[in-house]
Amino acid sequence: MGVTDIEAVGPASRIRPRGPLEARLRHGREAAIHGVLFLCAFVSIFTTLAIIATLLEETIGFFGEVSIIDFLTDTKWIPGLGGGPGGLEPHFGILPLLSGTLLVAAGAAVVALPVGLLTAIFLSEYAPEWLRGIVKPILEVLAGIPTVVLGFFALTFVSEDIIKVLFPETKIFNAASAAIVVGIMIIPMVSSLSEDAMSAVPRSLREGAYALGATKLEVALRVVVPAALSGIVASFILAISRAIGETMIVTLAAGATPNLTWNPLDSIQTMTAYIVQVSLGETAQGSLGFRTIFAVGMTLFVMTLTLNVISQYLLHRFREVYE
Amino acid sequence: MTAAEAGFRRRLFLRKATAVGFALLCILATSLGIAALALLLVDITREGVGRVSWDFINSFPSRKPEQAGIKAALWGTIWMMGLTASFAIPIGVGAAVYLEEYAPRNWLTRVIQTNIANLAGVPSIVYGILGLALFVRAMSLERSVLAGSLTMALLVLPIVIIASQEALRAVPNSVREAAYAVGASRWQVVSRQVLPAAFPGILTGIILALSRAIGETAPLIMIGALLFVPFTPSGPLDRFTVLPMQIFNWTSRPQPEFRENAAAGIIVLLIVLLTMNATAVILRNRFQARARQ
Repeated sequence: MGVTDIEAVGPASRIRPRGPLEARLRHGREAAIHGVLFLCAFVSIFTTLAIIATLLEETIGFFGEVSIIDFLTDTKWIPGLGGGPGGLEPHFGILPLLSGTLLVAAGAAVVALPVGLLTAIFLSEYAPEWLRGIVKPILEVLAGIPTVVLGFFALTFVSEDIIKVLFPETKIFNAASAAIVVGIMIIPMVSSLSEDAMSAVPRSLREGAYALGATKLEVALRVVVPAALSGIVASFILAISRAIGETMIVTLAAGATPNLTWNPLDSIQTMTAYIVQVSLGETAQGSLGFRTIFAVGMTLFVMTLTLNVISQYLLHRFREVYE
Repeated sequence: MTAAEAGFRRRLFLRKATAVGFALLCILATSLGIAALALLLVDITREGVGRVSWDFINSFPSRKPEQAGIKAALWGTIWMMGLTASFAIPIGVGAAVYLEEYAPRNWLTRVIQTNIANLAGVPSIVYGILGLALFVRAMSLERSVLAGSLTMALLVLPIVIIASQEALRAVPNSVREAAYAVGASRWQVVSRQVLPAAFPGILTGIILALSRAIGETAPLIMIGALLFVPFTPSGPLDRFTVLPMQIFNWTSRPQPEFRENAAAGIIVLLIVLLTMNATAVILRNRFQARARQ
């Protein structure tokens, strides 16, 4: 910081006394900058309000035509997007889309939570510094792979070369291949946030346990993990929220058939994939079919927001204990 | 040896064996994530490397897979990055400076801070819905590259803000105090001392935010970026496509030739992304090394 220190003193000309006008100008300029910077920060509040207003306006319009009870309890999702005569009677029950979303999220959690947690334990408790310096950037690269690329991988490799080989009856679009790849996507999130939490556990707790003769496993599972538990759970919840909101992998690999099923080998449709399907199609803006994406989007927004708020509350509590 | 001692030794052996087994399990789990990444890279290279050529990069999309290329998508991506950066960087860094250097510790600041953390977790497709309603329809920007960039700027704003805040927080207070002590105003302290010191950290955050924006697809589907674009945008109000949209389009077609194109497009996209990420990692390591001194 040597250079900065010299600059801080500055050339002598800058320290000359200022007249009243100059002082007032300076004051005005400072206030203007303060205002502009505040507006920048306020953009984030504006974004949230705009999201809520947009979703609410069209969702209220939607519920003017479809009863909210039907939306939450009907077991069929037949939005009748074609709208042509002779089509099926429209049904607007969110449950098939919800079950598709939850099926993928649950499958992803089964893959990512154990793998992510064990990776975090390895990085925080076992790996030497040099190895951590290699593994962490690799996991960051995995975290940075675009979801459309992961979708390609899910469809052309996981579904065709793994799932269909193991279960030949399966359709090419199935929930399992999407769930596995969504799981791979959220591994880095679980591992890095859980590792942060475990690294924040004070050394003295570990040393106390070692002094009592505990093995490395006992220190990791009975001391470090319980001490970091709220941070770890926060990472789990955040990862599940990310899995629920994931769009491209499920659009490409999970299918487009709203299907109330718990069989991971079935073709399904998630809430996000439905929204994509409508916006790719020819549905007229302002029609009931088009309004469905806002109602589905609202459901998605409320679910992910709830999970994020819970996760942040846990992280906040965790930080209060250790920082 | 007494019976108790023998029992202790047996339990100790078991405990140590379990510990070794657990360590192996941890190593296995760590390798799984890395193996998945390796598998993905190998699979995509195998499928697409034969198609990557100058012609592929410099041709417009075509109904004939062997003649199709990514020119429109590449230029669309460059346009969108430029516009996204020009919105997200000033607003994001400005917001971070406000929160770290100006904001009073009151309820409004806490609300803004919590809100930014929440926005970072909003699914990207919800930003797409917002972009469709706000930029495409309410502001009548149509399905232009400008509407796409504004949507993308809102999406990456939390990333820019959070990374910039961390960089600003890492600047030692002594720098600020020294500047105040010689009579600098708050803005002089921020613009001449704090921001230059935090610059590498902020730059890292910006690169990571832009690499997120380059790979996003869902919000652009929402605002209606085109799937078939045989032209490059010539102004911010032109219609456009981007690399991930082109990849999505090719992946969702049944013909294997198009799938090969998708893999080739992915290779180009990943090379761009890995270059950006590597730059960010190098910058961060340098920054951390200097901060430790």
